[in-house]
Amino acid sequence: MTTVVLGGAVVFLLLNLLAGLWRIGIGPTAADRMLAVLLFGSTTVALLLIMAEWIDDPSLRTVALLFVVLATIVTLAFVGTDTEDESS
Amino acid sequence: MNGAVEVLGAALVVIGCAFYGAGTVGLLRFPDVYARLHALTKADNQGLLLVCLGLAVLAGSARVAFLLIAVWSVGLVAAAVSAHLIARHARHAGSPHASREAER
Repeated sequence: MTTVVLGGAVVFLLLNLLAGLWRIGIGPTAADRMLAVLLFGSTTVALLLIMAEWIDDPSLRTVALLFVVLATIVTLAFVGTDTEDESS
Repeated sequence: MNGAVEVLGAALVVIGCAFYGAGTVGLLRFPDVYARLHALTKADNQGLLLVCLGLAVLAGSARVAFLLIAVWSVGLVAAAVSAHLIARHARHAGSPHASREAER
């Protein structure tokens, strides 16, 4: 039963990622597209953690930890370019 | 594994996924960037907590549980920092506020 539930959760979260693509497509501002990236970050983490349990591969949990940090670095890079434009 | 424990863990994962769904619906349906930010970051972190709790129950191992809580804690700080930075960027960029637009 647990295997089925976890598999369903993985499919559901993947559908969430697809829905996030819609927001990237319609925008309208760059900040809205960054929100979709935020969604990708948090959803991918949950996806990896569930898959670690689902296919019994503990190394995926470490990958999830890495993804948490990477999502913030992407946001920092986005805002960093923004402030450089303002100061010049 | 004990059947009741397994059901509890699976239920927590499913409820967590429901929160993720709510966050995604908010991202798609809310009128301005601030409302979308509010829906997305809070709902997703609640979802991540419930998913982590459910998986910790399912894994039944203290080592895995600590790792999951670490992932959630870092995720909480990361989401707070990201949300603040994106909100500040949107404000500086003069992103419109939906409720104020409606009042005009």
